Amino acid sequence: MGMTTAVNPVEPLLRSERMPHLWCPGCGIGTTVNCFARALERSKLPLDKVAVVSGIGCTGRVAGYINLDSFHTTHGRAIPFATGLKLANPDLTVAVYSGDGDLISIGGNHFIHAARRNVDIKVICVNNFIYGMTGGQVAPTTPLGAVATTAPYGSFERPFNLPFLAESSGAVYVARWTAYHVQHIAHSMTEALRKKGFSFIEILAPCPTLYQRRNKLGDGLDTMRYYKERSVIKNGASTRDLDLDFQGEITVGKFVDVERPTLQETMDRLYRQRLEDRYFGWRQP
Amino acid sequence: MGTNATVAKPPKAAKFRGEVFINNDRCKGCGFCIEFCPPKVLVTSEKYNRHGYHPPALANETGCTGCDLCGLYCPDFAIYGIRVPIEGAVAQRA
Repeated sequence: MGMTTAVNPVEPLLRSERMPHLWCPGCGIGTTVNCFARALERSKLPLDKVAVVSGIGCTGRVAGYINLDSFHTTHGRAIPFATGLKLANPDLTVAVYSGDGDLISIGGNHFIHAARRNVDIKVICVNNFIYGMTGGQVAPTTPLGAVATTAPYGSFERPFNLPFLAESSGAVYVARWTAYHVQHIAHSMTEALRKKGFSFIEILAPCPTLYQRRNKLGDGLDTMRYYKERSVIKNGASTRDLDLDFQGEITVGKFVDVERPTLQETMDRLYRQRLEDRYFGWRQP
Repeated sequence: MGTNATVAKPPKAAKFRGEVFINNDRCKGCGFCIEFCPPKVLVTSEKYNRHGYHPPALANETGCTGCDLCGLYCPDFAIYGIRVPIEGAVAQRA
C-alpha cells in the first residue's frame, strides 16, 4: 500500500519531538514553513549547507522547529548574526526567518544596512501586522485604523511599505505574498534560495488570536478567504504603490529581481586590488 | 484554422490516484485544508482529537487527486496527500 513508506514532505525538516508547535489554530506561520520545506527540496541545496536564523517572536520559533543548523538570536539581531555567519562561511546558504516586529521594528536598522551592503542572505518576513508573542502591540506594519492593545482607538501611525523599504535600501530580490498563495511562496523561496544577494520575501499571515480578534475580523480561515478575494497579483509592479490599507486590496507578486555584486564580492575585489598577493580572502577549510 | 470544431478527445485514463494522510492529534481544526481542497473531498469530522479539535476526514474516497495542497496549507503539519501510480496505467498508454 505504501502506507508506511509515505511521509509528509515537511517531516524530515521538522524537529518532530517538539510538535505540536505553539502557534495558534489558524496562524499562517506553519503554512509558510511547508512552503520553505518544498523550496529547499526544489532548490536541491545540500541541507547541511543551509542555516536558518530567527529572532524573537512567534515566527522566531521557526529556527527551533526546523531540523537544520539553526540559531534563535536575541530580539532584532537575526540579520547581524546571519551576516556574520555568511561572511565567516560563504559556503552556507543563510536564511533569516522572522517576523515583522523583529526584522523591521527592533531590527529595522540591521535590515536596511544588510540590504544596502547586499549581504548574501535570504530574508523571509512573516508579517501579521502586530507584535504577536508579546501581546498584540502596534508594530511598524500595523495598518492605519487597526486596533491593537496599545492603540485601543486604532493605530494612527503610517505603516511601512516593506517591499518599497527593501528595494530602496538595495535588495536584489523582493516579493510579497499572503499565506493563501502557497505555491507562489514556494516558488519565490526557491528563487531566493538560488539567488545571490539580499533577497526579501514578505508573507502576510493571519494572527487570529490578537490582530484578527481585536479587529473583529473572524478567525484564520476568514482571513485566508479575505486574502483570496482581495489579493491582486501584479508581478513587476512598482514597489512605491504597495502600501497596505486596513482590510483593503493587497498587491502581491515578485517586484524586484536584479543583479548586484554582494558584500563579499565587493570586499574581495577591493582588497585584492589594494593588497594584491597579501590578501588571502576566504578559503575552503 | 478556427472554423472546424475540434473533436473532443476521449478522457485520458488516470495514471495515479490520490491518497491523503491525516495525523489527527496534530490538527488544531483551522479548516484550511477543507476550505482550499480543489476537489473538495475533505469535511470536518464529528470526532474529537486529543486536544479537543475536530480533525478533517476524507468524505469521498475516490475524489482525492493527491495534489498535496492540503499539505502545503496545513499550519500544523497534520495532513498531506500523495499520488499513487495505478498498476498498468502507464503500460496501457505506451
